[in-house]
Amino acid sequence: MSAIEKLRNIDRRFIFIAIALAVIVPLLFPIGLPVTVSPSVQKLYDAIEELPPGSKVLMSFDYGTSTMPEVYPMNLAVAQHCFSRDLKVVGTVLWPEGVSLGQNALEIAAEKYGKVYGTDYVNLGYKVGGMVVIQAIGRDIREIFPEDFRGTPIEELPIMEGVRNFDRFRLVVTFSAGDPGVREWVMIAQARYHKKVGAGCTAVSAPAFYPYLDTGQLVGLLGGMKGAAEYEKLLQSQGPATAGMDAQSVAHAVIICFILFGNLVMLITKRKTERRSL
Amino acid sequence: MRRQVPLIITFIAGTIMIIAYFIPREPFGGLRQRFSVWFLIIAAFALILGIGNLIKIHGKRISRQSAGWGYSVVLLVGLAAMSVLGIGWGIERSTPFHYLFWNMQIPLSATMFALLAFFVASASYRAFRIRSFEATLLLAAAVVVMLGRVPLGNLLWPRLPAVANWIMTFPNTAGQRAIMIGIALGVVSSSLRIILGIERTYLGGGQQ
Amino acid sequence: MNQRRAVFLLFLSIAFFFGISTAAQQNAPPAPPTEVKAFDNPNDAGGGITITWNKSADDGQGENDVLGYEILRSTTSGSGYQKVASVLAGEESYTDGENVEDKVPYYYVVRATDAEFFSDSAETLPAVAKPQWFNTNRISMLVAVLLFSGLVLLFISWAKGGRELYIRPIAGLAAVDEAIGRATEMGKPVLFIPGIMDMDNMQTLAGITILRRVAQKAAEYGAPLLVPTSRSLVMTTAQEAVKEAYLDAGRPDAYDPDRIRYLTDNQFGYAAGVDGIMVREKPAAIFYMGCFYAESLILAETGHSVGAIQIAGTAMPAQLPFFVTACDYTLIGEELFAGSAYLSREPRLLGSLKGQDFGKAIFMLIIVVGIILESFGIHFLDQWLATG
Repeated sequence: MSAIEKLRNIDRRFIFIAIALAVIVPLLFPIGLPVTVSPSVQKLYDAIEELPPGSKVLMSFDYGTSTMPEVYPMNLAVAQHCFSRDLKVVGTVLWPEGVSLGQNALEIAAEKYGKVYGTDYVNLGYKVGGMVVIQAIGRDIREIFPEDFRGTPIEELPIMEGVRNFDRFRLVVTFSAGDPGVREWVMIAQARYHKKVGAGCTAVSAPAFYPYLDTGQLVGLLGGMKGAAEYEKLLQSQGPATAGMDAQSVAHAVIICFILFGNLVMLITKRKTERRSL
Repeated sequence: MRRQVPLIITFIAGTIMIIAYFIPREPFGGLRQRFSVWFLIIAAFALILGIGNLIKIHGKRISRQSAGWGYSVVLLVGLAAMSVLGIGWGIERSTPFHYLFWNMQIPLSATMFALLAFFVASASYRAFRIRSFEATLLLAAAVVVMLGRVPLGNLLWPRLPAVANWIMTFPNTAGQRAIMIGIALGVVSSSLRIILGIERTYLGGGQQ
Repeated sequence: MNQRRAVFLLFLSIAFFFGISTAAQQNAPPAPPTEVKAFDNPNDAGGGITITWNKSADDGQGENDVLGYEILRSTTSGSGYQKVASVLAGEESYTDGENVEDKVPYYYVVRATDAEFFSDSAETLPAVAKPQWFNTNRISMLVAVLLFSGLVLLFISWAKGGRELYIRPIAGLAAVDEAIGRATEMGKPVLFIPGIMDMDNMQTLAGITILRRVAQKAAEYGAPLLVPTSRSLVMTTAQEAVKEAYLDAGRPDAYDPDRIRYLTDNQFGYAAGVDGIMVREKPAAIFYMGCFYAESLILAETGHSVGAIQIAGTAMPAQLPFFVTACDYTLIGEELFAGSAYLSREPRLLGSLKGQDFGKAIFMLIIVVGIILESFGIHFLDQWLATG
């Protein structure tokens, strides 16, 4: 096998090593590349900025541990933004693992702004059923969530006073890594109950939700770690996503280099075979 | 008869669900939700079948000592341990179940998800080749979006993120919408075939 | 010095006067909401009354000190009012679903509140909640359902009547035989992955219908078929479908239920399990038919690395690029749902595909007409199509 042939059928483990290095090195030695804010992120930020203090936001933690590195940073950033604006956050969970992940984000954000559990925020916990749960919230939230995740009856939580269904929420934000997630919230909370819905999702699934953004069915969308880093920039805080952006930049550059290299090798082989056939 | 009964149930349930969509008053209004809850209950009980299947297959493998039977032992021990710990001590913080979940399940799941980064690299190395005009367009769009979505792109050319955003918002959305409309019609047409009993292979039967 | 003191006193008194007058202005009760109306909430199952009002003159304008509105309700006119809800300033409607009984007349008063005072609106006329027989917001949907179903049924009846219907070739489905044949020649198994969602997902159902056809071919050719599932119900359904396929192929003896097995509900646990099967069993043909998420490329790249022919089909737009990159053939969106009809060539199934195509043509026409109308500022089509 010639050298060119070998390069053409490069052992994919070399590619894997290059990607691993491209991720690990910038994490250990940050470069500090500047982040620019895209319109979809700005829109969600503005939607929260526009809410009068005291408004209630429904936040749903619909992700799991595997997608935590991507979705958790945006969850944390948006929770911090809500508390900094004195908004009240009611958390719901459609993925079992989301209970402790969402609670963790709320607790960290609440501590920063001196917010109290039960008065300024609450986590109603996980309910199985996906879309059925969202429909049930629309009819009677107390029926589906009679108590919070700690087992405290909803009547004893000051934040839930007067909350019966979607009516009292000014905004719904879902942090979603799949199904049930963004689509279900848009279908029920937005389409049926005409609520403003914002979303944060993994970078892979973000392109599928751009149409909703365009039609106004989503007020804003954070896609992957980039979306979270942009949000952190708007909040002027250095969070976990900003730290990861260098690694992502370098990894993207490495992938592009591999693609260009692959094409170069292909062109050389093509020229060689053409010459041979001459 | 064995085939007729499920087909009749499907027809009645499907037709009622369509009608119920247009009638808000009870008992039609809450039907969809009630059906979904029924499904959840059935699916939860079906989990027993799944676990039974796991135990049967791996039990067989251990008793025959077929290749890799040691892994089957690990699987069954893991299944038993998590069930006993979860039922016995609960799943709250500072329980053994919680500890194992956070220190085994989470890192293992995250590792599998992280493999995606490596596979994206190897797949794009193979796939993005300038073979035709369309492939070249695809390659150019991929490079612009990949660079435009990270800070590096902004450093190279400040307008690159805007170009990437344009690609995502317009050509990408147009394509996605076309696919979504096709899918929606496909789902409706498939549902009709199933409700009317024309498509019945999912029941295990043939065309007859 | 005295002069200075006099100026200071004058300044103080002026400030005091203005201070009092502003304070007096701020302490006035807010203007009450006007035009308060209560009526049966439309298109619901009963138990709902909608209240609408015009904002207080001090909400967003005037003194701009209204904090919110309280909704008061009574079953008798003029007395017995009790608060049922409060909404923030800026709102102009509320749907009361708090223990509202049908056929009982309710009276409402909307109260504007500021930090200290409140003022009530006039009482509304009595409103009675009742359930509706038809959701008028969904008329356009009803028309679409009737039109589309009509088209599908029409083409099915034509197909039953023996009319030839042309269906465009779908490369991925045409390659099914080739893939199974290759596996048979190589003496390696065929792997079928029906996605990671449950039986309530249409894509899973479409996957199972294709599995039924694949299983029949595999049984005819004598290639072993492996089906790992991530849901128990999918496992039992797949077992049933494969068993019947083997029966139809005249090979019931070759059916082994242990080859259709449940792995785990956990997404990445399932991906790890399937990857393991691929690496150990080295299947020669792999089918991915159903609903997939982030595990799509993890599976497809591993499948590619073991050198299998791969045919994928999903209606998850975000996963399609991954499958297109790593698989030999990909059924895009609706092609997945057409799979069973295409493979069976049964006229009635093909007829429904044809009906679907005509439905699509009508949708395209509506989109074009809609774009033209909207461009000229005519919104009736857009409004008619909006559902609630």
